Amino acid sequence: MSLINDFIKFNLNETTRKSIAEYLWIGGSGMDLRSKARTLPEPVTDPAKLPLWNFDGSSTDQAPGDDSEVILLPQAIFRDPFRGGSNILVMCDTYTPAGDPIPTNKRFSADKIFNHPDVAAEEPWFGIEQEYTLLQKDTKWPLGWPVGGFPGPQGPYYCGVGADKSFGRDIVDAHYKACLYAGINISGINGEVMPAQWEFQVGPATGISAGDQLWVARYILERITEIAGVVLSFDPKPIPGDWNGAGAHTNYSTKSMRNDGGIDVIRKAIEKLGLRHEQHIAAYGEGNDRRLTGRHETADINSFSWGVANRGASIRVGRDTEKAGKGYFEDRRPASNMDPYVVTSMIAETTILWKP
Amino acid sequence: MAQILAPSTQWQMRVPKSSTFGSPIATKMWSSLLLKQNMKGAAKSAGKFRVLALHSENSTVNRTEKLLNMDITPYTDKIIAEYIWIGGTGIDMRSKSRTISKPVEHPSELPKWNYDGSSTGQAPGEDSEVILYPQAIFKDPFRGGNNILVICDAYTPAGEPIPTNKRHKAAEIFSNKKVVDEVPWFGIEQEYTLLQQNVKWPLGWPVGGYPGPQGPYYCGAGADKSFGRDISDAHYKACLYAGINISGTNGEVMPGQWEYQVGPSVGIEAGDHIWCSRYILERITEQAGVVLSLDPKPIEGDWNGAGCHTNYSTKSMREEGGFEVIKKAILNLSLRHKEHISAYGEGNERRLTGKHETASINTFSWGVANRGCSIRVGRDTEKNGKGYLEDRRPASNMDPYVVTGLLAETTILYEPTLEAEALAAQKVALKV
Repeated sequence: MSLINDFIKFNLNETTRKSIAEYLWIGGSGMDLRSKARTLPEPVTDPAKLPLWNFDGSSTDQAPGDDSEVILLPQAIFRDPFRGGSNILVMCDTYTPAGDPIPTNKRFSADKIFNHPDVAAEEPWFGIEQEYTLLQKDTKWPLGWPVGGFPGPQGPYYCGVGADKSFGRDIVDAHYKACLYAGINISGINGEVMPAQWEFQVGPATGISAGDQLWVARYILERITEIAGVVLSFDPKPIPGDWNGAGAHTNYSTKSMRNDGGIDVIRKAIEKLGLRHEQHIAAYGEGNDRRLTGRHETADINSFSWGVANRGASIRVGRDTEKAGKGYFEDRRPASNMDPYVVTSMIAETTILWKP
Repeated sequence: MAQILAPSTQWQMRVPKSSTFGSPIATKMWSSLLLKQNMKGAAKSAGKFRVLALHSENSTVNRTEKLLNMDITPYTDKIIAEYIWIGGTGIDMRSKSRTISKPVEHPSELPKWNYDGSSTGQAPGEDSEVILYPQAIFKDPFRGGNNILVICDAYTPAGEPIPTNKRHKAAEIFSNKKVVDEVPWFGIEQEYTLLQQNVKWPLGWPVGGYPGPQGPYYCGAGADKSFGRDISDAHYKACLYAGINISGTNGEVMPGQWEYQVGPSVGIEAGDHIWCSRYILERITEQAGVVLSLDPKPIEGDWNGAGCHTNYSTKSMREEGGFEVIKKAILNLSLRHKEHISAYGEGNERRLTGKHETASINTFSWGVANRGCSIRVGRDTEKNGKGYLEDRRPASNMDPYVVTGLLAETTILYEPTLEAEALAAQKVALKV
């Protein structure tokens, strides 16, 4: 199909000043990503200069049919790795025509928290480790697994290499470069313990940017798996039994934690998180109870614990941090299908604003 | 089983270039292995790599390849560094990548990192961090640009090498002044077998059966004699691009088995280059959908095993009178046969039977041009009175850090008692 290929590769910049903007938003389930594109008269780099738009909320479970318009407010711009040139991806959030955030819009309240002077002063940094599983398209069985059966038990697959240990590397590598091109602060990737499961990390990102970057990285990943003919799953426990689940461990630090004496600030923060364990867990992803069993490098969902270098605890503090007396900690509870706006703002709220 | 390509006299004068980056190759184009992209209008520009992309059934244009091949240098200074280490079995390789803010020249510029040792059998779950120390940099043939592969070794948070870290001890041996002065050169002949996925039967062999007996396959050509040449050839260029000192390749006696040679390398470099070349080979077989085996005797019966013959010389061996030094070294090796054998690879007893061009595992022997011995000395070396020796005992799954370190230790640092020497000299018929 060489004709279609030629058109996709067209460099528009040679013939017109127009550029294409792909508006992205989160749909009614809180986890489905949607997008549509529009033409701009010329290239735009500032989200404030982009026009508001709207979509049919009744088709995404976000509005009733007789009053279906939902407004899209552009919030962050990234370069489009699929269209190249001056074309862009635009991360948006969603409002009623009256200007109120609709219920699935979690970015709005997260933004408020990050704009609170006490939170802003602490410059909260986030590093999010997004795990995900690749599934064969028609059977929804993990990529590389024999249909109707299982591969050999976990052991050889973590960071593994070889046709019998690593399934789907091209997707992961294409995603890495695409994100770097787009301007997302992707910091690394690795193969995970369960075969066909992978992880990428985004960060360090400050405040609301962590959520924006992670959602766009998820969008780019889903576009790439679409090209590859493979299904992307963010389910926290895709295969029951002796197979690891998928999480979204969230590494976190504030200015006080990064300065001398930070280890005490970290301890206090962890204590506060322990007092709000149930509220956090409820917001850390649907189906997380299937994943947080206390086995497979997780802590049990009902108990809160923390430890240095301990991967079986709710919160893990790295050995570097302990030795230097300052640094960051890792909340290992969020599931792979968590909403980063919710998780990042909640951690900031509990550790900086909340008073027990 | 080819010899190390070493043009004799020039070789001895020139110290091999130990560069962290190989010489950059101007037009770096090499075609993908199995997937022939016959896309009209596909841009052909110098400096572009074509790697095997996933076959897509539901999309008319496969654009994953475009993203994989993207040169990101115009858009960012950042590079991707793939940190590589050896896992808990001592032979499994692991890797993960991270973004580095700008290109680097030397491993000391790279940050230490850590990984989950409890997932590789190298640490318990409640104290799982294992630290990675970058030791050698190579160019990344899969990502191109300024991206790199980094060979690392593994330490506890307290700074102690973990038990599976064999590089640390080898580095100590190679830093010993006596060893440094002798400038030890290594040429390692890595053999390996390619297996069909899922059935784990050698590539090209009929499933449920056997090909014709050995004979036509060594260095053979033709669809009925050579299975998997694309992998061997792709690996050759990828290693040259990466800066690995690969010196040659050939098809082996057993069909589906191949060999490549790395060297001459000085000291610890030999180990680093072999491990990185093994990693690149496993990445290529991963793309090709073929399984790499480093088992020393993959098929029982009248089929050759796979070894890792290690060619070795020191400054004294390469100079006038070197042949006497070689004989003394062989003497020392004969006195430590058991220590060496136990460190030369798991399962080697299935390979070293005394048949199929091996010496029996229990006896030490040496000879000129004799492929049935533990140690072989080439006819050139005998004629010139100087040169190198070939230790034919190591198995294909040996750890090059261990083997090269042991060879240097036994031949340069180890001092046997005079009586032991005399007895050994009689046993192996050596007049020293």
